[in-house]
Amino acid sequence: MKYVVALVLGIAAGGAAALALLYFNPFMAKAALSPLAVSGQQQLSLNFTAVPKHAIAYTNDGGSRIAPYPDKILQLWEPPIRQTDVLVTRLLDARNQPAGIGIKFMSKSEDTRILNGEALADSVWYVYLPREGTMLVAQTENYWRYLRDIVVPAHWSSGNGWKGSWHGTMTSGPGALGTARVHGGSGRFRGIEAEAIETLTAKAYSSTQGPVAMNGQLIVELPAAGGEMTARTPETTRE
Amino acid sequence: MIKTFITGIVLGIAGVIAALYLLPVVDQHREVSVISVAPNGGNLETFQVNIPMDRIIVGADDDAALLPAGLEWPDDPMFAGSRAELYKVRNSRNAVIGVASRLAASNSAIGDIIEWVIHLPARGSIYMTIDAQAAGGKRVGQLRAGTREFEGLSGTVSERWVADTSDADDAIAGRIELQATYIAQLPDEAGEVNVE
Repeated sequence: MKYVVALVLGIAAGGAAALALLYFNPFMAKAALSPLAVSGQQQLSLNFTAVPKHAIAYTNDGGSRIAPYPDKILQLWEPPIRQTDVLVTRLLDARNQPAGIGIKFMSKSEDTRILNGEALADSVWYVYLPREGTMLVAQTENYWRYLRDIVVPAHWSSGNGWKGSWHGTMTSGPGALGTARVHGGSGRFRGIEAEAIETLTAKAYSSTQGPVAMNGQLIVELPAAGGEMTARTPETTRE
Repeated sequence: MIKTFITGIVLGIAGVIAALYLLPVVDQHREVSVISVAPNGGNLETFQVNIPMDRIIVGADDDAALLPAGLEWPDDPMFAGSRAELYKVRNSRNAVIGVASRLAASNSAIGDIIEWVIHLPARGSIYMTIDAQAAGGKRVGQLRAGTREFEGLSGTVSERWVADTSDADDAIAGRIELQATYIAQLPDEAGEVNVE
């Protein structure tokens, strides 16, 4: 009997050690410098709130920690869309002036590999800037660092929350350098193919309500023939 | 007993690694894709949106049109003439398979546009641009871009409104029908497909 107890205790200890190694492994999903940060191309910065209650609308399956907003919005309870979130939010330019509206569709990715530090989501942004045009930003996001640094500590905290200062690049593909693909639709973006990244800056997170103080930024690298764009759009800046 | 305990530790570590490697963390539910072959090449797929039950939001500069109650749509003048809608989207067998956005906008900077983004969690996303002028009861446009399963495809798309004529008490008002024709890009001389 004592051998069985020792074996069970050993398995439990081994399992816990493996999970701890996975969680605390500093080499997993390290923060990397975005290739757009060292780009010389013209860039378009769009800021948005990542707090659902500060957005225009947010919906999910209705059973998640983060409540849909407004309260009476239709929920995504059907099995094929149960693991999908939709966020509709105002987009602000680099000077925090209204620039347009963004609609983000995000689904958990079947390519998620916890062993590799990859908690992936497939997402697309539909960006509508009434004075400029429309575009689609398609990306794979990696939420591993976000989960490890914010969500899990918030659950461990006796205060059911996390406060601090966290900044991370969420985009991890599908571009070879970890960038998102941009497909221009209309207006001055018509026909363009470009790259982008999405970043998050978090200051507070509640384990019961989700993000409390969190902002995001979409940085779109515009194609080289953008000299004319700069002259026409003062809100276009390079950060 | 120490040896048994150490064996247990090794088994525990191996078990966790094996479980994380073998068990899918995310498993998206899939409906069967209802696709047929088009007479002149390409594949046809029809999506539909039942109105009003599939409407998630309606954002417009007309307050009376806003949905759901409590939606605070931006009242900035630059959004005048813009109408954004979010829907659940169904396959031709009326099963919900994804979500979609439709934007109709008209202003001097971008002209008259109608654009759809269809997001199917198990398959990918499609970006469609449609000519705002209707002809023959429908609008036609093209597949601007796609992701994952739809990456590298080109093709056409049509949008039309189909009113429900049944007398049933629970009948819908009608449905928006989107018919997409997918055409795979041909490989170049080097045998490579440019999917950008």
